[in-house]
Amino acid sequence: MRRALPLVAVLGAVLAGAASAAPPNAADLEAELVCPVCETTLDQSNAPVAERMKTFIRVQIAAGDSEQEIKDALVAEFGPEVLAEPPDGGFGLLAWLLPLGALLGGAVAVGLLIRAWSRRAAGPEPAEERLGPELERLVDEELARFDG
Amino acid sequence: MASRARLVGQGAAIGLVTLLFLLLAWSLVSDEGSDLKSAAARGDRPQAPPFTLERLDEDGDFDLFSLRGKAVVLNVWASWCIPCKEEAPFLEQVWQDNRDRDVVIVGLDAKDFRADARKFASRFALTFPLVYDGPGDTLDGFGVTGFPETFVLDREGRVVEAFAGAVDGDDVRPRLLAAIDRALET
Repeated sequence: MRRALPLVAVLGAVLAGAASAAPPNAADLEAELVCPVCETTLDQSNAPVAERMKTFIRVQIAAGDSEQEIKDALVAEFGPEVLAEPPDGGFGLLAWLLPLGALLGGAVAVGLLIRAWSRRAAGPEPAEERLGPELERLVDEELARFDG
Repeated sequence: MASRARLVGQGAAIGLVTLLFLLLAWSLVSDEGSDLKSAAARGDRPQAPPFTLERLDEDGDFDLFSLRGKAVVLNVWASWCIPCKEEAPFLEQVWQDNRDRDVVIVGLDAKDFRADARKFASRFALTFPLVYDGPGDTLDGFGVTGFPETFVLDREGRVVEAFAGAVDGDDVRPRLLAAIDRALET
C-alpha cells in the first residue's frame, strides 16, 4: 500500500495536467463571446459575422490554440466588447466592483434605516426620576434605620 | 437632529432620481449619428465626425481630416455583407472615373476580420484607400445602422448626402454621382 502511494500521486498529477491541456470547448467559447453586430452571445446568433466567428473558433481549436489565445485573437479584431464578461483587470474591473459596492452600500443604508426605525418605535428613553428633598430625607432615614 | 437627517436623506433621494432622469433625457437627445443623417437629408451639411483608423491596404493610419479640400465618398462595408459585394465593382469604377477630379473613395471596413477584408479587396480588385474599424467605434458618430452605407462629404468635410444600402442600383447611381458633383462645388 505504501509503495502504491507515489504511483497514485504521479497518476493524479498526469490526469490533472491532461485536464488542463484539454482543448477548449467551442460551445463554451460561443457562450462567452459576443456577436459585434447583434450584440448577443455567439451561441444565440446566426448573423453572418457570428457564423464566421464560430468557424474561426473551430479552426483555431483544431490548430491547437488555447481558450485564452482564441479570445485574445478575437479581441485583437473586434475589441474587448467581444467578451461577454468584462475583463477582471483595468477599467473592466469597475464592472465587477461597482455592483458589489452598490450592494454593500445598499446593505449599510438598509441597516441604518432599520436601526433608526427600531429606535423610534421604542420611543424616548424615560428620564431619570429625581426624588424631591423631603422624600430623599425620608428614604435616607429609613435606610439608616435599616442599617442600624 | 433626526428630522435633519431625514431631510438630508430625502434631498439625496430626490437628487438621485433627478440625475437619473437627466441621464435618460441626455441619452435620448444625444443620438448624434441619426441627427447627422437627418440634417444631411434636410440639406444642412453637418460636419462629419473626425476619425483616425488603421489602414487595411498599406501600413500606417488614415486620418479623415487629411482629405480636407477633396470630395470624399466614405463607404462603410464588411466582407460578410452581401450587398457590399454587389456594389464594390461600381465603387471601384467611380474611383477610377473621378480620382483625377479631387474625389477620393474611402472604404471603411467594420465588424470584420482583417484577413477577410483583405481577401474581399483582392477579389474585387479595390484600389481606393481602405481603413479598418473592427469594433465599429466610428459607426455611431455617422448613425450607421446597417451595411453598407455611404456618405458623400464636401471639400470641408461636411456630409452632402447619406445613402443607406447599396449604391449600385439604377435609381441610386445617378444620385450618388450628383452628390459627388455637389460636393465638388464647395
